[in-house]
Order: sequence, then structure tokens, then C-alpha cells
Amino acid sequence: MSREFGELILDLQNVSLAFGGVKALTDISFDVREHEIRAIIGPNGAGKSSMLNVINGVYRPQQGEIILRGQHFTRMNPYKAACAGISRTFQNIALFKGMSVIDNLMTGRNLKIRSNLLQQAFWWGPARREELAHRARVEEVIDFLEIQHIRKTPVGRLPYGLQKRVDLGRALAMEPSILLLDEPMAGMNVEEKQDMCRFILDVNDQFGTTIVLIEHDMGVVMDISDRVVVLDYGRKIGDGVPDAVRTNPEVISAYLGASH
Amino acid sequence: MGFFIETLIGGLMAGMLYSLVALGFVLIFKASGVFNFAQGAMVLFAALAMARFSAWVPEWLGVDSRLLANGIAFVLSGALMFAVAWLIERLVLRHLVNQDGATLLMATLGIAYVLEGVGSSIFGSDIYKIDVGMPKEPVMILEESIEGGLLINREDFVAALIAALLVSLLWLFFQKTATGRALRAVADDHQAAQSIGIPLNRIWVIVWCVAGLVALVAGIIWGSKLGVQFSLATVALRALPVVILGGLTSIPGAIIGGLIIGVGEKLSEVYLGPFIGGGIEIWFAYQLALVFLLFRPQGLFGEKIIDRV
Repeated sequence: MSREFGELILDLQNVSLAFGGVKALTDISFDVREHEIRAIIGPNGAGKSSMLNVINGVYRPQQGEIILRGQHFTRMNPYKAACAGISRTFQNIALFKGMSVIDNLMTGRNLKIRSNLLQQAFWWGPARREELAHRARVEEVIDFLEIQHIRKTPVGRLPYGLQKRVDLGRALAMEPSILLLDEPMAGMNVEEKQDMCRFILDVNDQFGTTIVLIEHDMGVVMDISDRVVVLDYGRKIGDGVPDAVRTNPEVISAYLGASH
Repeated sequence: MGFFIETLIGGLMAGMLYSLVALGFVLIFKASGVFNFAQGAMVLFAALAMARFSAWVPEWLGVDSRLLANGIAFVLSGALMFAVAWLIERLVLRHLVNQDGATLLMATLGIAYVLEGVGSSIFGSDIYKIDVGMPKEPVMILEESIEGGLLINREDFVAALIAALLVSLLWLFFQKTATGRALRAVADDHQAAQSIGIPLNRIWVIVWCVAGLVALVAGIIWGSKLGVQFSLATVALRALPVVILGGLTSIPGAIIGGLIIGVGEKLSEVYLGPFIGGGIEIWFAYQLALVFLLFRPQGLFGEKIIDRV
């Protein structure tokens, strides 16, 4: 199922990250091409989430560079990343629990809001029109994710699987060019996983969004991703199309133990 | 009956003013997780600015009308509070991102001293008056329907009305505007808010500005009631039980907590006072807060805090 990929959109070069003496990532380089689904896999503690947090600017690597569409970043931060069109979901769901589904998704439009504080305060013409336009876009996301029936519910009251979906919705509302998914299917049942897979593939297909995802479920990863990076103890041990990674002896030993 | 209602209304009106100060605490705590010990100092600082500007403006500009002078003084004091908010973010908060709550609390304690010191060196430390034309003499209402009528303190009534208006405007701002939504988002989850491109620094400036504005209104109301003096900073201490009662994270909680404490104080003073001695008004609120801390530490409407260790 190898497809034609677009241009290089994101390039990580020799990234190393340490927390005190603990090395989370050691000299990792990989690239992401436009429009592909790129997976990062690895056993627990391999540094997958750290990798995502580096791309998104939550962590600052001690060494290495992030090149985003030809632009070099040594210091990324989450705000800059968001402005550059990177949005993300979180492993243990970081939604705004007290707010409704619609409000959560509307916050995703924040960067696109042009009216100023004063106009908003007086509910002035432009601010009002703008709000309605954003609301229309959010409704499209709601339709896309099939969550119409819960749009007014405070997210804190939703079951876990739906919260995961709202988390994806908020990221989508930003209309990102790169979407980072941190274990989008963790803790879900088979049916929910299938739904989530469908959404991820549809996002990639319909909006042309580049997707970088971390996932534990090997079956899922091999099915939906175009290329896979394998991390173990903060080092890259494999990189390539799913079939190549599956037969890579180093990957097999990392997953099944060296004694195998 | 008439007397009871009179006490009740008096309590509600006093409570509304507590709510206003409590609101300042809640706004900042919600948005930045900081318990702002400087809220009282901000009230004092704002009141000092208002008192002095309203005296200086006629001298500087030769304005005769008191209304105009007060208007200009209000705008100037508002601008000053915005500048204070901006400076606090710039000089203090920005450097303490992701620090422990206790660290930030100590920082606001420092801000309180700086504000008091700067305030008294710019504006002097005498007792000043704020005269915004609040009606002073009480009126009698409902003389036909209730025997003896109801004596209403007009100053308190106007103050309560202003406080209620401000609180509802703020509520609308929080619920209905895009910036309000961003503020609520930051209050809920810093990291997630940043990841969707909400600039924390700007949000903090906005929140401190709003808290400064609330402090200004509270300062004017309390200042015109009690005179502007250093004890005004301790008015904020009276709002402490209110936030404990209502919950530190809830705007409706601040309002209802304020009303409960206002009414509780007045009723207990009047009806319990004769049995256990007077002066209940002074400690009643703290006693109630203590009970809440023992049995319901998150307050009436606050979020239950569960820390993962």
C-alpha cells in the first residue's frame, strides 16, 4: 500500500533530549513527508511521547534541529508550533472539562480569530460575523466526527472514547497541516478503535493532513501508516515501510526480548 | 417582619460587595492557579489612584464639573491598573511559569508590599475621600405594604447595583466572547491551551487587567464608604472566607458565597448577638469558613482537587 508522498514537510535532525542524567532521546533523525501517515512505535519508555513533545515544543531538546517547511527551529514552543500549523492530541486527554463540546472545539479556532477584544466585548458586527463563521466550521468538524448528539454536553461528563474523539475534534478545528496524535486508540474497545482508524484515514484522505502518530496497537499501526519509526531506549532502531520494519531483527528483539 | 427583611436586604447588599472583591481572587486563581495575595493591595492602590486623580484633575485641567473630573480620574486609574497588570506579568509571572503554587503565592505577597509602598510614595499616605456622588441618606420604602416600612441605605443599594452589573457583564464576557472562551480554556488546562495556540502571557495580562478593574470598582465603592486609607487593603481579607465558601474556581460561587456571608453576618449579629454578646459580625465569616474547610474544602461550587502523587 505504498503511496506517492509529497515534499519533505518536517525534518528532525540529530535530536537529543535529557532530563538531568536520564537520556530520553539520543541522536534521533527522521523526516515526515507531506500527506503521509507516519507512526512512531516502541516499547514503554522508548521516548515516543518525548519525541512528540519535542516536535510540538513542549520539551526543548539539548541538541538537534527541527526543520519545518525549510524553516529551522532550535527552540520551538507550543504556541509557535500551533501558529505553524501543528496541532496535537494528548495521551491522557487534556480537554477543557468544564466546557461544552462546542466550546472546546471553538477554542481550536482561537488562532484564526481576528476581531479584537473591544469588538468582542461589544459583540460588534465583525466579531459577531466571525464567530458565526467559525461556528459553521466547527459544526463541520462535529458532523465529520459524528458527535452531533453531544455537542452541548460538558466534556467532563462524556465517556472516555467520546472524549478521545472530542480531543481529535479540537485539534481538527485548528485546520492543521500536521496533526500529532499521542496514542489515539489507547484504552479503547475494538469498535471504538475501528471508528478512530476510520477518522484518521479520512482526515488524511479528505483534508490532506499529514499525520504523525504514536500507537501501541501494532496491528493498527501496521495497517494505517505509510512509514514507521521504531524507538527503543531513546534510540532509533528502525525506520521504513511497515513490512520492512516488521522483519527488522532489531525491532523484533526489542519487542519480544533478546532471548528470542 | 419588617425588621427581618431590612436586615436581610442589608446583608445581601453588603454581601454583593464582598462578592466583588472575591471575584478578583477567583478570576486570577482560575486563569493562572495563583492565589493572589495582592488583591487587597490592588484595591487600595486603585482607590488611592482614584482619590488622588479626582483631586488632581480639576487642578491640572481646570475642570469644574465633579462628574467630568471623576470620569477622567476613573479612566486614568483604569489605565494605571492596566499598566500595573502588564508590569506584574512582565516582571513577575513570566519568570515563574510552571513554578509551584506556593512560590507564586509568595510572589504575590511581594507584589502586595510593592504596590502598597509605591502607592503611598506616589499618592501619599493620608486618609483621602472619594466622592463620586453616592447618595448618603437612607430612604423608607414599601410603607403601605409592610408595617413600619423598610429603611434602605441608598449608598449600599447603589453599590450593590453596580457590583451586580459588573458581575453580570463579566459573566457575559466570559461566556459569550472568544477571548472569554480562551480565558476559560487556560483556566482548565494550561498545556492544552498552549498547544492550540492560546498565548498564555496575553491571557494573563488580560486576567490581571480585569482583576485590576474589579479592584478599582471595589476600591471606589469601599473608599467612598469608609474613606481611602491603608486598612482598605484588609477589606480583601474579608473576602477570603467568601472564596473558601464559594470555591476558589467558581464565579457563581464567589457571588453566592458573598451573599451568604453578608446575610449570615447581619442576621447572626442581630439575632444571636443578644444571647452570646455582640461583635459576631467580625468573626462570623471566618468561623463559617473554618467549618467549610473541615467538611468541604473545595467550597460549595469549587472543583474537587484530586492530586495524583
